[in-house]
Amino acid sequence: MDSDIFQGYKGDALEVLKKYQVRVWGTTKVETTRGTFEGTVLPRAENDDDKHIVVKIITGYNIGIDIRTITTMEETGYKKANYKIPEKQFPFTPGLPSVKLFGTGGTIASRLDYRTGAVIPAFSPGELYGAVPELADICNLDTEKVFAVFSENMGPKQYMALAKAIGKEIENGIDGIVIGHGTDTLHHTGAALTFMCQNLPVPVVLVGSQRSSDRPSSDAALNLMHAMKAAGTSDIAEVMVCMFGPTSDEYGLLHKGTRVRKMHSSYRSTFRTIGDTPLARISRKEINPIKQHYNKRRNDKEVKILPYFSDKVTMLYYYPGMAADTLDALVEKGYKGIIFVGTGLGHVNKELYPAIERAQAKGVHMYMTLQTLWGYVHMFVYDTGRDMMAKGIIPAGNMLPEVAWVKLSWILGQTEDPEKVKEMMLTPVNDEITLREPYNGYLVYQGGVPEVEDFIKDVHK
Amino acid sequence: MQFNPKQNYIQTRKNIGYVPRLEASQKDYDRIGFMSGLEVHQQLLTKEKLFCHCPAGIYHKSDDYDAELIRHMRPTLSELGEYDGTALMEFRTRKEIIYRIKNENACTYEVDDTPPFPINREALEIALEISLLSKLNVVGEVHITRKQYLDGSIPTGFQRTAILGVEGELELPKKKVRLIQLSIEEDSCREISDIGHTRTYKTDRLGMPLIETVTYPDFVNPEEVMEGCDYIRFLNRSTGKVRTGMGAGRQDVNVSCRGGSRVEIKGVAHSKWIPELTHNEAFRQWALLHIKDQLLKSISEPKNWKIHSMELSELKDVNAEKIYAVNLPGFHGLLSHFTQPGKSFADEIGDRLSVIACLEQPFMMHSEMLEPVLGEEEWESIRISLDAAKEDAQIIFWANEEDVKTALETIEERCQMAFEGVPNETRKSFVDGTTIFERVLPGADRMYPDTDSAPIPLEDEYITRLAENLPVDVIENHKQLLDWGVSSETFTYIFSKNLFPIIEKTINTLKLDPKYIGMFFGLRLKFAEGQYKKGLEFNYNMVYALFAWLVKSDIDIKLAEKMLPELIQHPKMDFASILETIGFKKIDRESILSKIPILMNKFAEGKTEVNPIHQKNWVMGQLRNTALGNINLTELSKTI
Repeated sequence: MDSDIFQGYKGDALEVLKKYQVRVWGTTKVETTRGTFEGTVLPRAENDDDKHIVVKIITGYNIGIDIRTITTMEETGYKKANYKIPEKQFPFTPGLPSVKLFGTGGTIASRLDYRTGAVIPAFSPGELYGAVPELADICNLDTEKVFAVFSENMGPKQYMALAKAIGKEIENGIDGIVIGHGTDTLHHTGAALTFMCQNLPVPVVLVGSQRSSDRPSSDAALNLMHAMKAAGTSDIAEVMVCMFGPTSDEYGLLHKGTRVRKMHSSYRSTFRTIGDTPLARISRKEINPIKQHYNKRRNDKEVKILPYFSDKVTMLYYYPGMAADTLDALVEKGYKGIIFVGTGLGHVNKELYPAIERAQAKGVHMYMTLQTLWGYVHMFVYDTGRDMMAKGIIPAGNMLPEVAWVKLSWILGQTEDPEKVKEMMLTPVNDEITLREPYNGYLVYQGGVPEVEDFIKDVHK
Repeated sequence: MQFNPKQNYIQTRKNIGYVPRLEASQKDYDRIGFMSGLEVHQQLLTKEKLFCHCPAGIYHKSDDYDAELIRHMRPTLSELGEYDGTALMEFRTRKEIIYRIKNENACTYEVDDTPPFPINREALEIALEISLLSKLNVVGEVHITRKQYLDGSIPTGFQRTAILGVEGELELPKKKVRLIQLSIEEDSCREISDIGHTRTYKTDRLGMPLIETVTYPDFVNPEEVMEGCDYIRFLNRSTGKVRTGMGAGRQDVNVSCRGGSRVEIKGVAHSKWIPELTHNEAFRQWALLHIKDQLLKSISEPKNWKIHSMELSELKDVNAEKIYAVNLPGFHGLLSHFTQPGKSFADEIGDRLSVIACLEQPFMMHSEMLEPVLGEEEWESIRISLDAAKEDAQIIFWANEEDVKTALETIEERCQMAFEGVPNETRKSFVDGTTIFERVLPGADRMYPDTDSAPIPLEDEYITRLAENLPVDVIENHKQLLDWGVSSETFTYIFSKNLFPIIEKTINTLKLDPKYIGMFFGLRLKFAEGQYKKGLEFNYNMVYALFAWLVKSDIDIKLAEKMLPELIQHPKMDFASILETIGFKKIDRESILSKIPILMNKFAEGKTEVNPIHQKNWVMGQLRNTALGNINLTELSKTI
């Protein structure tokens, strides 16, 4: 009962509310040594202290009152807020593609959570239509909440559930799939779904927002519009991430699920294709391909769903002077696959060699990726590289570290045969290793397509 | 007899009992129930901005920028689950907002690509000092709140703001004014242009620390509002920790009349504009209530009132815009009804069309224009096409096709509001004392807790320490100046420049005549500041230093009058050099007095009759320059 009436209050503050019998959402008059305060008692965030009571005053502002200054308080009324995103029936328009939106949590549509003071997701076609009515001009929408977790809590279980849900929708003849997702691990999911859903006949678009939709300047609405358009009308039948190109509300970029990475903690245009160029540029009006070759949309339902994942794969981010016991510890704990994230062309120091040998002896699958993110692992250039290959570390080309971790986990969920694992690791499913790196992949400032491409063309590099 | 809009305008102005401000008395304001309150904004003098580490107070020209970026704003729900009216209105305008950014004074925080850094403590402390000076109840914990602004003036779409105190009091010379609250907030962007559907801002001012002091509507006449505003400004400045100069202080003025609504006149840069603005606004509301009465008399079912419109396809506009004629049933005689000097009810509609439907001037004509463009015959044919009755009024507007729907809705909406009386609005002010519609007045529904910031506790110990080091109340200083015999005409200048502490120091430390020193600062310094080009390094403490030096050098302090202009223009020059510049030589009094007999004789030379007064004045004139600073002039005059 307490938790409802005194939502979020604890310790001393809770005692004060109980003593004066004032509830959360109760209007109150508080006498303190700093004067009189009047307003509505609000819930308190769980991690805040127990020395203050939060009150919304008549002008709409919130203030905190120090309980140590309170001489008396009384409840003068009660009015609980009814926070609801307005829901409107999502209209059906004949002739528009049908798109399925999977909800996983994240900040695409959100509302305030008093428990943590953060925002929590809210989501249904009606709510989405209420918030972004423009979506009805793009597609006929159906939604399904597959689960609700924060981006950082997305993991193997969720990847597999999503892959199966995608398979089912394709079976039902959907024109495209959008997955609403928190942004932190959007690229991990992008890679996982690329491996788990092969030979896709329709686009699968992952989308999130860097600014929650409870803010007027949120990128959520435009990202959703872009994602729905990509899913419904683009002919790119791949797992893609659709997020802002520049930070301006102008156009989005479609990135391959295996080559995309979150590169800024807070920028709207945080997602960047690494080691390649993005697939396409997308605005509310049009989709302009940047890459010439991609998997095209088809009319069949011949998707292969491969929902496998091993939880015995880890990553080791190398730093100078790293001691051998760090690797030993992982091996002793039973990890069967290790993705090294090495320096330069793919290096770790000699002190690790004995541990690497011990891991090899135990049959641990070891692959080398790069801290530089850009470029290829090249272990033939220096002795150290050749030494490491001799000790069983396999260079993973220009596969991104997170992607290599996802892929090795996915493979070890299917087989532990070293030769088979190696063959699968080094045979790209969808450009997680590319044969060539385009000269402009590194150079294209992915918020200025095509302007920066013109600049690259005109100016000496 | 034919209807004459001009005569109607004059007649309706008379009917509502409008009087020009300079002829108005308290009786007139009591008659219409004048009521006004203030929201006074004041920038704080800090090195950095409020929520990031960009420098504060560095401005740049509109065309000097490093990058531009674009945002669109969408309304979101408040904490209590409501949409705000202003937000919905702004969304209808479909504005594309462009921000111009200069690396020097804006970072990723300003453009909402980085969450806020912890609040600037220097700013918080200044704001708390002012809260204490304003006798507000200081909160126990500061909660940062987001206040929605969909006009684009802040790239996030909201302003981060927090209440520091509630329920305070300000003592004016003749009355006490109650304060609702004081908040600390980040300043907004400066608008560069707003044309059609594009609005451009620069981000230099964005994020600078600002406080807002809000009063209750306790003012009962326009002069009082101005006085209240000045006193809040004086109080802020008495800390010496706030910014001064153009734009550093701005106020929003809330006005209503009896039966009217709260209307907020935004961004009034000078307090001296307040009287005319508040006077006109109160009477505008009075006029709107009069219009309401007339409408309710003639139209029985306001709820069913609708406009009727048609496209005038036979008329071709040069810009290929659509032209529409609109019939307003029962509005005959109201479009030309007086609302403000030079403005009629038709402007109420036009102003909204410009803002909400983004129509570009000129975009409208109507059947009751004070300076008609179309002839009566043309209007007659329009009336026939619209099937209008003689008690109706008509509007013609032209707009891009995509703006027509919003335009028609806006016309209907504003006319429907006329049945209710006075819409809650924010209005933009003009120097001539009139205002135009700016936005729908936002309410408490635009507030939302800032989930990016943690609450900041304010311990008793800290508040007590701040309270112990506050400057003296402005009203106390006011009384002290009167006691000293300083004329009250000088107070505005003295307080607005925060000169009281220097005056007090000059009087107390140097033991000088309070009245003389007070008047010296209040009149001579003000005059000299206006008259001469001020050197960059000049500050008011130099005036104290001047008096201190004169006293120390045993020179008559009245010489300061002659030295002041030089000091203002050349603040780096030392005082001895200033003396040389003005041609002063130190001469002992005996040598000056010894010249008197010689001069007396010189005046009398060749004259048959000597007028002693003329003689005395002439001798004084001859000796004045030499005497100044060396001998008291009154004493000299007596000796002669």
